[in-house]
Amino acid sequence: MADAVLTHPARPRAPAAKPSALMRFLKRKSTVAFLMALPLILLIAVLVIYPAFYAIYLSSLRKSMASVAWMRNCSWLPDAICTRIPFGNIQFLFTRETFWMVVWQSCLFAITAVIFKALLGFIVAHFVHNIPDKGQRKWRGMLLIPWVIPPAMSTLAWLWLFDPSYSAFNYTLSFFGIGPIPWTGNANWARFSVILVNIWVGAPFFMIMYLAALKSVPDQLYEAAAIDGANWWQRIWYITLPMMRNIIAITALFSTIVTFANFDIVRVLTAGGPIDKTHLFATWAFKIGIEGSDIPLGASVSLFMVPILMVAAIFILRDINQRGNEA
Amino acid sequence: MTDAALTRTTPARKVRYGSMTADREWALRWSYVFLVIFAAFSLLPPLYMFITSLKTSAEISAATNPWWVFNPTLSNYVALLTEPQFLIFFRNSAVVSVLVVIITMLISIPAAFALSRMRFWGSATLATGVFLTYLVPDTLLFIPLFKMFATFHEWTGIQLLNRWWVLLIVYPTLTVPFCTWIMIGYFASIPKELDEAAIIDGASWVQVLTRIFIPVALPGIIAATIFAFTVSWAQFLYPLAFTTSVDQLVLPVGIITTLIKGDVFNWGQIMTGALLGALPPLIIYAFLMDYYIAGLTAGATKG
Repeated sequence: MADAVLTHPARPRAPAAKPSALMRFLKRKSTVAFLMALPLILLIAVLVIYPAFYAIYLSSLRKSMASVAWMRNCSWLPDAICTRIPFGNIQFLFTRETFWMVVWQSCLFAITAVIFKALLGFIVAHFVHNIPDKGQRKWRGMLLIPWVIPPAMSTLAWLWLFDPSYSAFNYTLSFFGIGPIPWTGNANWARFSVILVNIWVGAPFFMIMYLAALKSVPDQLYEAAAIDGANWWQRIWYITLPMMRNIIAITALFSTIVTFANFDIVRVLTAGGPIDKTHLFATWAFKIGIEGSDIPLGASVSLFMVPILMVAAIFILRDINQRGNEA
Repeated sequence: MTDAALTRTTPARKVRYGSMTADREWALRWSYVFLVIFAAFSLLPPLYMFITSLKTSAEISAATNPWWVFNPTLSNYVALLTEPQFLIFFRNSAVVSVLVVIITMLISIPAAFALSRMRFWGSATLATGVFLTYLVPDTLLFIPLFKMFATFHEWTGIQLLNRWWVLLIVYPTLTVPFCTWIMIGYFASIPKELDEAAIIDGASWVQVLTRIFIPVALPGIIAATIFAFTVSWAQFLYPLAFTTSVDQLVLPVGIITTLIKGDVFNWGQIMTGALLGALPPLIIYAFLMDYYIAGLTAGATKG
């Protein structure tokens, strides 16, 4: 309709001063819109889509070093052929024990952390929702602080809390007769510490999302349930959870992506150690690709994140499209 | 509603009513107890940063109670704030973050306007694509980007790696998709009659954007600005991968790479630096909490 209005007054003038075809093209609504979106399109194409495909290309290369030719069992071939066999890096990774350890650690890290973040967020959101409205702002403000501090900075504080000799945690625990815990020194403790810090950073996000969802559940439903004699568990199971299903799902999926691709926390807290026992895909890729300057192998490692990210992305997209149709 | 419940259960009225308020009171009390516990858990690391930042190295290495400062001193703050290196980190961080916010807004506001109001060929697909790029993590792209910049240097002779302004190129990939996405949501909520009226009065599309949409959607723009600033301030992987010289580092990377010298951890200074590095986002959050939270929840609830 706006189109018609736009072009209508121009028409009588057209015979007098004929605008050039280029000018008319530039004044068309779709052209203006395209030009407005052009920087965005260029940015995404050049700095997101191109690198993503470039990573696939890179992963098919091999670091040009004779010493790694054995990796793909083709050292008996002329170098010109051997260097061009695609996906040798992936073959090589499959034979490495560290790789499977990283796969397992990444999954353990992401799943455990997301579950506990969701649980903690859900519980805390309920407590904040329970107290009178006046005080909620203050508590919410305090509880969101872990999310606001740059993760690299707050992880430094955790590193210091975990310090083996002077640490505040071990000092406090010694009063309870619990011996010094090697927070970042022992493989399993280090995994625990990394997950704990991730929960600390991420739980506030769940809390805020769930709190917003809780506020949108109409009070009448709870009142009706109370009349019917529902206990607190039934109210959560039959009202709160179904009403919040969408937000719970989308928050968990978002967080799965972010947690699975996490870098900062592991990098600062353990740098992957002890003996690679806390490496995730991202930190291991960094170690190989940037620090070890084996870019093809590093690219291959980071590409292994794609399948899981894609599954999560597809579910998120489906959810968003569904809600778009409902609205 | 309570009335209805009361009339139905008249015999047991007093008991039920009383137990319900008692229940509520207990629930409230327990809520406070647990909130205090959770708040303590949330605030423990920042508080510990603050406590440590007030200690001297001697006090830190003496095996005294780590939760208490016996001889508070500001020497760590003085040492850091007078060190030119640290000021360079701070300046780099501030310049990068502010410029990234400006770039992000210049790209995402017109794009969001075009995508939400002016349909063109492929605009719906592009909107979905913007959202999908928001889901692409930085950890997937840093290696190909590193290689791309290296190749770019070979071709053109322009060195991008190890220059702080390379961050101006890569940070928008993290901020623009999300900002565009939430701006699309905010723009879509503006009634169509508003811009149609302006168009009838002879306004151009650019005028519609600058005179109507930007003022009306200002809360959304503030939320997007805060998001872009905090993301660029906190970003750690890209500067760690792309910059190495001390004078090119931004604050988070600078603190971690220069204050940790080998096995010697000067914890007093490290905690001071971490606290100072956390301060700008915290200050913004303290003053603009509602916008911050609006931006946080907009990503999933709008759209």
